[in-house]
Amino acid sequence: MTDKLETITGNRGLQLEQPLIFEQDAPGRLGVDLGEPQTSETHLGGVERKDAIGLPNLSEPQTVRHYTRISQKNYGIDSGFYPLGSCTMKHNPRLNEKMARLPGFASLHPMQPTSTTQGALELIDACAHWLKVTCNMPAVAMSPAAGAQGELCGMMAIKAAIEDRGEGEQRTRVLVPESAHGTNPATAAACGYSVDSIPANDRGRVDLDAFLSKLDDDVAGIMLTNPNTCGLFESDIIKIADAVHDAGAFFYCDGANLNAIMGRIRPGDLGIDCMHINLHKTFSTPHGGGGPGAGPVVLSEPLAPFAPLPFVVHGDDGFDLVEHKDGEGEKSFGRIKGFHGQMGMFIRALSFMMSHGSDGLRQASSDAVLNANYLLAELKDTLSPSFDGPCMHECLFDDSFLKDTGVTTLDFAKAMIDEGFHPMTMYFPLVVHGALLMEPTESESLETLDQYIHALKGLTAMAKSGNADHFLEAPRLTPRRRLDETAAARAPVLRWKKEE
Amino acid sequence: MSMKYSKEHEWVLIEGDSATVGITNYAQEQLGDVVFVEVPDAGKAVDKGDEVAVVESVKAASEIYAPISGEVSEGNATLEDAPATINSNAEGDGWIFKMSIGDASELDELMDAAAYADHVAGLE
Repeated sequence: MTDKLETITGNRGLQLEQPLIFEQDAPGRLGVDLGEPQTSETHLGGVERKDAIGLPNLSEPQTVRHYTRISQKNYGIDSGFYPLGSCTMKHNPRLNEKMARLPGFASLHPMQPTSTTQGALELIDACAHWLKVTCNMPAVAMSPAAGAQGELCGMMAIKAAIEDRGEGEQRTRVLVPESAHGTNPATAAACGYSVDSIPANDRGRVDLDAFLSKLDDDVAGIMLTNPNTCGLFESDIIKIADAVHDAGAFFYCDGANLNAIMGRIRPGDLGIDCMHINLHKTFSTPHGGGGPGAGPVVLSEPLAPFAPLPFVVHGDDGFDLVEHKDGEGEKSFGRIKGFHGQMGMFIRALSFMMSHGSDGLRQASSDAVLNANYLLAELKDTLSPSFDGPCMHECLFDDSFLKDTGVTTLDFAKAMIDEGFHPMTMYFPLVVHGALLMEPTESESLETLDQYIHALKGLTAMAKSGNADHFLEAPRLTPRRRLDETAAARAPVLRWKKEE
Repeated sequence: MSMKYSKEHEWVLIEGDSATVGITNYAQEQLGDVVFVEVPDAGKAVDKGDEVAVVESVKAASEIYAPISGEVSEGNATLEDAPATINSNAEGDGWIFKMSIGDASELDELMDAAAYADHVAGLE
């Protein structure tokens, strides 16, 4: 592949080539002027290190430049539009960050006596209250550390409830729609259930008849995402919930897409038994390398007694933690994570909820759905929508608009990078051929969406005019061109080794 | 000796009371570059529709289902080091496992080459 933009140095403008920090090692170079360490007798019984420790020798300015340049190669929601469908890359408000850095929160240690952490426990309780009210559910388990762990927590609560009823041997199957996130079947399998896939109908929703035909008294539960990963609302959800309960099973709802319905629909009113909430998506806490996830799980009355430890309660002398399997925690399935959960994320999420208010949360989900429908409406005659609109928080296209152009979804995405856009989610969900899934969130302005639409229309025209090479050679303007994903998977180089 | 196909894009080569199973050329084209294959151990008893193997490509990880019931007699160990064989020769050297034929009547539910070609054409 020829590169007409080659330079003598390999740099591109002020985008600089940066070797690994170990490759910049200059023995003897130091950032600080330290004396030789004094030799002293060790008490390690001969196991002390004898070889060099292998850290690179660099000056301070070299070190600062190294990490600054690497940080400049990063791309995140702070740099630009990040339309990854199903990932909900929304803006992380700086107010949240300021609250999380308050010394009264930031300097706490989870092993402090509860008498010294009343404010933090009150915050966890307040955050839990907002989540319960938003979802109209009676209980919430706060400790799960991510969406997938929230799923595991929910399914473990379901399993514990079923075993408590003495039906552990009888109920061995979990139903999962084929458009589900991969974590759903993985969670069910991790809990020891066999997974039975439910097909979608031609409207992109669960095929109700197929679902009913699979429902029997050996089913422990259904795991359903709503809105689903095609960006569509499961309109039969109440019928599904009733049928699940009639069969004596539980209804797990994957709440990854709560950001589409928050403030408009209360999941508790739909008949669900438990649902995890991605604080790092719906409630704007950082993710994708920016921070840990947090996946609290709201629980129905029948599941609440099985919630994991520890949890916050109102005691005689203020807030207290239930840490053991006795008293209120007697039926708990146990601990799923060390300590209380992701405290820093509770602070940020509560900051988001309180600064928005209930009307603001409602507007956030409304704007997210509006933005996705704007993309769908503007692009429906250019790209090929997979299902009839309107959509919820994300819009889904297949690759039929690229038919006979010689350009694949992957090539199209690479060309978007040259246009200054992070690509959308590709090849997911699997129910659609060559999927392109876009989720703008409420964070994006009309101007950003218009620029994005302009770029996609331009690229589509180029692909249809027979200019496949433009796509096959993309990206052209990045520090590295098309990466060899196959070699990276087949023969990954995971460790730097010093050249002898 | 005859070749049959499943809706899940597997081919089944029937030789006497034994069957060799792999994925079709259409399936490998859809998956793209295969980077990992998990093959079953000999002796594994499977029912029709059970997950037997996993083929992972740069695009997706796909389960391979048993096209018929029986017992696995051999997994193709060479795929562990050379998963790309599935891309280069899906319907030959890229076979995934061999199995006994537990119930010959299940073979009737599989498609012949012409029916499979129609099935694929319907997906385009």
